Amino acid sequence: MPASNQFTAAAAPITEASTTREHATIALIGNPNTGKTTLFNALTGFRRHVANYPGVTVEIARGPIRGIQRPTELLDLPGTYSLAAHSPDETVVCDALRGRVPDQARPDVVIAIVDASNLKRNLYLLCQLLDSGHPVVVALTMNDVAAARGLRVDGKKLAQRLGVPVIAVDARQPQSVAPLAQAVEDALNVVPPPAAVELPQPLTAVTQQLLDRHPELHRSEALRIITDQAGHAEQLFLGRGGDGALVNTLRVELAAQNVDPTAAEIRARYAWVDRVLGGVVERTLPPGNSWSHRIDAILTHRVGGTIFLLALLYVVFTALYSWAGPLMDGIEWSLAAVGDAISDVLPTGIIRSLVLDGLIAGVGGVLVFLPQILILFLFIAILEDCGYLARAAFLVDRLMRPLGLSGRAFIPLLSSFACAVPAIMGTRAIADRRERFITILIAPFMSCSARLPVYVLLIGALVPPVAWLGGWARLDALVMLAMYLVGVSVAIPIAWLLRHTTFSGPASGFVLELPSYKLPRLRTVGQRVYMAGKDFVIRAGSIILIASIVIWALGYFPRSAATQRAVQAQQQKHNWSDSEFETHLASAYLRDSYLGRLGQTIEPAIRPLGWDWRIGVGVLASFPAREVIVATLGTIFNLEAGSEEDTAPLEQAIQEAAWPDTGRPLFTLPVALSLMVFFALCAQCVSTLAVIRRETGTWLWPLVSFGGMTAIAYVAALLVAQVGAVLS
Amino acid sequence: MSLAGMPLSKNCRVTGVRPGNPLAYRLMEMGVIEGAVVQVLRRAPLGDPLQVRVGDYELSLRQSEADLIEVVAD
Repeated sequence: MPASNQFTAAAAPITEASTTREHATIALIGNPNTGKTTLFNALTGFRRHVANYPGVTVEIARGPIRGIQRPTELLDLPGTYSLAAHSPDETVVCDALRGRVPDQARPDVVIAIVDASNLKRNLYLLCQLLDSGHPVVVALTMNDVAAARGLRVDGKKLAQRLGVPVIAVDARQPQSVAPLAQAVEDALNVVPPPAAVELPQPLTAVTQQLLDRHPELHRSEALRIITDQAGHAEQLFLGRGGDGALVNTLRVELAAQNVDPTAAEIRARYAWVDRVLGGVVERTLPPGNSWSHRIDAILTHRVGGTIFLLALLYVVFTALYSWAGPLMDGIEWSLAAVGDAISDVLPTGIIRSLVLDGLIAGVGGVLVFLPQILILFLFIAILEDCGYLARAAFLVDRLMRPLGLSGRAFIPLLSSFACAVPAIMGTRAIADRRERFITILIAPFMSCSARLPVYVLLIGALVPPVAWLGGWARLDALVMLAMYLVGVSVAIPIAWLLRHTTFSGPASGFVLELPSYKLPRLRTVGQRVYMAGKDFVIRAGSIILIASIVIWALGYFPRSAATQRAVQAQQQKHNWSDSEFETHLASAYLRDSYLGRLGQTIEPAIRPLGWDWRIGVGVLASFPAREVIVATLGTIFNLEAGSEEDTAPLEQAIQEAAWPDTGRPLFTLPVALSLMVFFALCAQCVSTLAVIRRETGTWLWPLVSFGGMTAIAYVAALLVAQVGAVLS
Repeated sequence: MSLAGMPLSKNCRVTGVRPGNPLAYRLMEMGVIEGAVVQVLRRAPLGDPLQVRVGDYELSLRQSEADLIEVVAD
């Protein structure tokens, strides 16, 4: 690494404070889209572990810096434009900087990432960091982009003006970060720089008054409490019992002098930035001449951009449906093979049933989602890393606005049509909490691929093969389309309702940076895909597994001898073969199980839907996953366990099923439609609920989601059944 | 004159951001401040939001947000 890339300013004398603890904590802070995660990986050698802090929904990745003596812990904090925090991401940055994240020490050194191609805006955050009372080392990134745009940055002059080391890095060449690591180690023994900015006198005066009353505050904190009305700093301060009345008095004082403290701070900092940058940057080309602009001439163009977006969405959807298909089949096939091997070894009985129908079914229920999660995250990671995701949000923002959402919600909602689980994980890209929660809550209404087997079964069995217009309009296809539209048409008013009740408030707006395009980095993309998959398997997987075992137990116990004797008696009467006896016994066991009794208990409630207890059991048993109803109905209707693809015997059984008292057919068209509408709208998917729990951090939202969706599904199914009964 | 009313590709200089809205402060923090050079590059397919260059980078802004920004043609 050439020494010329290191621009070191005079170091301040050594302090004792930072050398007393064994592990030094280093915070990596910078604007979004400055190559922060790449730099983190280069400094740590991809050794990262993600920590979840109590009460913090945003994750902070940590890892040790390579190549320096002191053991360190580098924190990869979310990108932010300012320390005046509003979004959850920005809140975490401020809390971590102040040492207010539980179990996390206050950083000893801050690495400020500064994008050389966009110095002015990046130096605004740096200015705040220099005032925060931490030793700062500046990592100058994107030097190649700056050079390509005709910007020449005089790093030495910049370091002199700032009074802190400035190290140019190219994070794609890991050896280039060695001088940065060294500068960080040196900075551990340096006192923090004095405040960079001279703020206007009225602002300094009121800050001092607040400091006199609360000497425990840092000057930068006191300033933030005054300037950032209703912001995070003020809320924390009041929560700790700070003197809110004094803050109000000080604000009134400023207002009387006609000073807007927030604007005054911003102007003072940008004036400082202009002074620092004077003569530091030489511009040889006018702005707006990069290849990024030339790409945008197509990709955000009215026509070209729309066509490209549609084509891209088509590819993503095809991938989610068809690439994932063989992988999912492979997982199911492997699990079936394991199941067969186990059933050869284990004797018939409770252990075998637990392993086959509880454990393996539960593991399968987790793993079967993995291909879609990995594929979706592969696309999201590539598109985000190269800068396109922001453009997609830009193109569709207007469409999402009537729902009270913005362009950022588009990709998650769309991918919900494949599976809500990865989609809900994908909402992490939405900074605004309200918008993110609305998106999470309406995503499960989109008709996912797990609903498809239910539709296929019921439509195949019960929708008459009517066609019009020479086969171009088919009733079965229309019913299928209607099922997809049901979810969307319910989600729209729900989003509107949430926006105007629980999540009301000022619109978050759509101020979104459109970063310059860059080539996605394979390892960064791979890491995101891997983390998403691991996160799902570990955190959501455990809940899914438990739910599967609980449902298994409810459907298995109690196996009474009385049930067996009754079926034996019938066997003698009807002269059943052994296999017929087995299927009737399984059916009778399920009827007499806790689950079966529950189905019979709720029968009065589902009668108005036209359902009997058998459909009720199917619905209850499919709580872990919708598609389970196909297998459950098979057991209830005395079918031998067959393959999932071949539903012909089940379709026949459904057509023949009748009410025991009157002999009328059970599954009429209105009943089938009401059942399909129920499945279109209900939350029968423990994976989705587990992921909502995981992403919102509380059980409240999965409970609201389950309760709300079940209620809506019930009412809608009731309407369909009643209207259908009148019409038919 | 507000940025929302400026013709495409016209270089403008910011003369002020209408205060009072939290978004106004966020815009100022992101460099949309008196004296900054801004330019509306193009509009999204449905006419809104706008793709705007601010100094050395680009932003997506809704019409209503661009309305907060007072500019003069450069």
